[in-house]
Amino acid sequence: MSSEVSDPKKPFATTGRSRKGEPFVWLTAAGLALGVAMALGLLLLILIKGGSSFWPRRIEVMEVSNNGAIERIAGYITQENERKNADGTIHEEVQVFRGNRDLNPEAFRFIDRVDIKSTSQPESFWLIERLEYGPAIAEPVSLTTPEGPLNAADPAFEKKLDSILKAGRDARKQLLVIERKKIGAISRELEELGRAEKAGSVSPDIAEARRVQLQSSFETLQKEAAEIRAKLAESTFVGRAADGREITYPAGNLLGVFASNKASFSERVGEMAHRISGFLTDEPREANTEGGVFPAIFGTVVMTLAMTFFVTPFGVIAAIYLKEYAKQGLMVQIVRVSVNNLAGVPSIVFGVFGLAFFVYYVGAGIDQWFFSDKLPTPTFGTPGILWASLTLSLLALPVVIVATEEALSSVPRGVREAALACGASKWQTIQRVVLPAALPGILTGVILAMARGAGEVAPLMLVGVVKLAPALPIDDVAPFVHPERKFMHLGFHIYDLGFQSPDAEAAKPVVYATALLLILVVVILNLAAILIRNRLKKRFAVSSF
Amino acid sequence: MTDIIDNPRPDFIRVDDFSFYYGAKKAIHGIDMAIPENQITALIGPSGCGKSTLLRNMNRMNDLVENVRHEGDIRIGGTSLYDPSVEVISLRKRVGMVFQKYNPFAKSIYENVIFSLRVAGRSKKSELDETVERALTDAALWDEVKDRLNDSAFGLSGGQQQRLCIARAIANQPEILLMDEPCAALDPLATLKIEELITGLKDRFTIVIVTHNMEQATRCSDRTAFLYMGKLIEYAPTMQIFENPQQEQTEAYITGRFS
Repeated sequence: MSSEVSDPKKPFATTGRSRKGEPFVWLTAAGLALGVAMALGLLLLILIKGGSSFWPRRIEVMEVSNNGAIERIAGYITQENERKNADGTIHEEVQVFRGNRDLNPEAFRFIDRVDIKSTSQPESFWLIERLEYGPAIAEPVSLTTPEGPLNAADPAFEKKLDSILKAGRDARKQLLVIERKKIGAISRELEELGRAEKAGSVSPDIAEARRVQLQSSFETLQKEAAEIRAKLAESTFVGRAADGREITYPAGNLLGVFASNKASFSERVGEMAHRISGFLTDEPREANTEGGVFPAIFGTVVMTLAMTFFVTPFGVIAAIYLKEYAKQGLMVQIVRVSVNNLAGVPSIVFGVFGLAFFVYYVGAGIDQWFFSDKLPTPTFGTPGILWASLTLSLLALPVVIVATEEALSSVPRGVREAALACGASKWQTIQRVVLPAALPGILTGVILAMARGAGEVAPLMLVGVVKLAPALPIDDVAPFVHPERKFMHLGFHIYDLGFQSPDAEAAKPVVYATALLLILVVVILNLAAILIRNRLKKRFAVSSF
Repeated sequence: MTDIIDNPRPDFIRVDDFSFYYGAKKAIHGIDMAIPENQITALIGPSGCGKSTLLRNMNRMNDLVENVRHEGDIRIGGTSLYDPSVEVISLRKRVGMVFQKYNPFAKSIYENVIFSLRVAGRSKKSELDETVERALTDAALWDEVKDRLNDSAFGLSGGQQQRLCIARAIANQPEILLMDEPCAALDPLATLKIEELITGLKDRFTIVIVTHNMEQATRCSDRTAFLYMGKLIEYAPTMQIFENPQQEQTEAYITGRFS
């Protein structure tokens, strides 16, 4: 296996490979390479699938033979695969997204390659984003406006359509203000009025008068909203699908049109940027399969930060006591083992605990004491973002405790003795010398805890995450922070789209894009924490021994 | 304190039949010795002879070790360290300590020096500034660091870091300075610098220094105690110990014939 070192003729004979440990070096390198490859592969897959869903593809018009007849289908190919028929022959088939859910039962369709007689990319076809039914793929035909019809061939057509689109965007913003803010404020006041009346602090006459007032302003607002809606519908967009059927749609409810086959590269890039920014900043539509994920991003970030805010002081203080003050013995050992075991408990168990303890016990108690006037409608006695962050902070607690204990033990004894010899008390020593020296290690633990919490979904489903919650936990309605509100989370959003969506195919690109986003959010949060840690490290430079 | 300097007490630190145990192991066997004020007293002896233990009892640093106990007494200026009315924290303010391995805090040079003032709750800027300049000057470090007081202490060389630790130990003007092999981790040049510094400090502090280095003991100490196996073998003026040792063990140790 190896040449003998004691060979007198070769006093410095090379040691054998295995004795030098080279195979093991290779083994460890291979292990690392495998891990990196898997992580990169996953990221690449998500990046390609998620990223490409935003790229405006060219619209293909295909002539497909279907039982002897020829059918025209417009759309873009989303997938190609091979299918084995019952007789053993292999068929190449493509999956085409043809949109137009108002005309077709399915937005996606599988077509055999051999049935496609011809394909072309006529410039006249548009991809049309709408408020309902998903996108349409059609040729524009005309606009019916109150001033009369306008043919697509008319040079004024596109200009008119643009102005309608813009008016539509503004009108929707107005609707949001009216329906969510103003009407919301009225219903809140009505609720409060009812409670005040029941409690006897407002006389029934005054309450009734105010109620009539509110009712009338509610009706005015409703009328306003109805007017805006009618205005949105006063022009009609008429398009023609590839099979010749007509699509009519209220022009004001169109979100955007894109002549995909006519667009130059830079226009495509612009459209992609537009879609990405819409995805990041809009609210979801159409059972979450369309629109953006802004509430989910916001919920994820707020929940993660709140969790970090709860877990850090709690974990650090617990670790300081365990390490510095508690008399080391059986009891402390038991506590330590229990804390470590907490890290191995399945996360759903934390969810159940959070529901039972935080929601049903603490939350219900808070309601009893402070919000009894609202009962039986629960305020805190129902899942919400506060309980979700507290539950996750329990989940991440062992990580912080273990990391902090490690960091505290890595502070050299000499430094502690030096502080004590200067006349510092034990607490002063910990506070002024030990903690600053341990800070980078503690922050590493906090970063790990944050990563753990941000990626967790299962317990959240029990303690606060919901499918759709456009009302954000922090907004401009007093008292601005609403810890009792339910929230959306990117991780849950992925689950919801992938498994609960009415049209799984339509949701697929959004699933990938959301997964990409979740990873990005976690990476950004972690990077921010790492940056902070490195700044602190520089300030408290690494000790030289 | 001024009258004390005019009139140094010969038994400022009084070790009185002092024994010390780590668990069941007896590390110090009934030592009696008187350490005079404003002099440098060296403790020498082979590793494990108890000299560091004795030193670390003079500011009750050994309280931190679990499962220890003592017999006998140590008195500073007549007061027993173990008197119930003695607060360890205020004791340590009177007895500064410098360790074998330089151990500055992860703070700026300035904050390192004034640490003992900070923990004592003093925060008057002028007082802190004054202290920093005085302590660093005493520690022969002022000229080297006066332009970068706010830099991290870890940017200094080893010898500078140890001098910073001395400055930190004397910043709050203790009466006694304990030094546990302060030059063990330093090169000869840095050692020389620290020895000069120690000699210069003896007008104002009573210094007890543990050393493995015979020459260091001869160069800077006034009196030397030789400890062996937890017992005080010989304690006399340094010249006498090195030129005319009374005990055979002492002679064997200082001449390097020690087995």
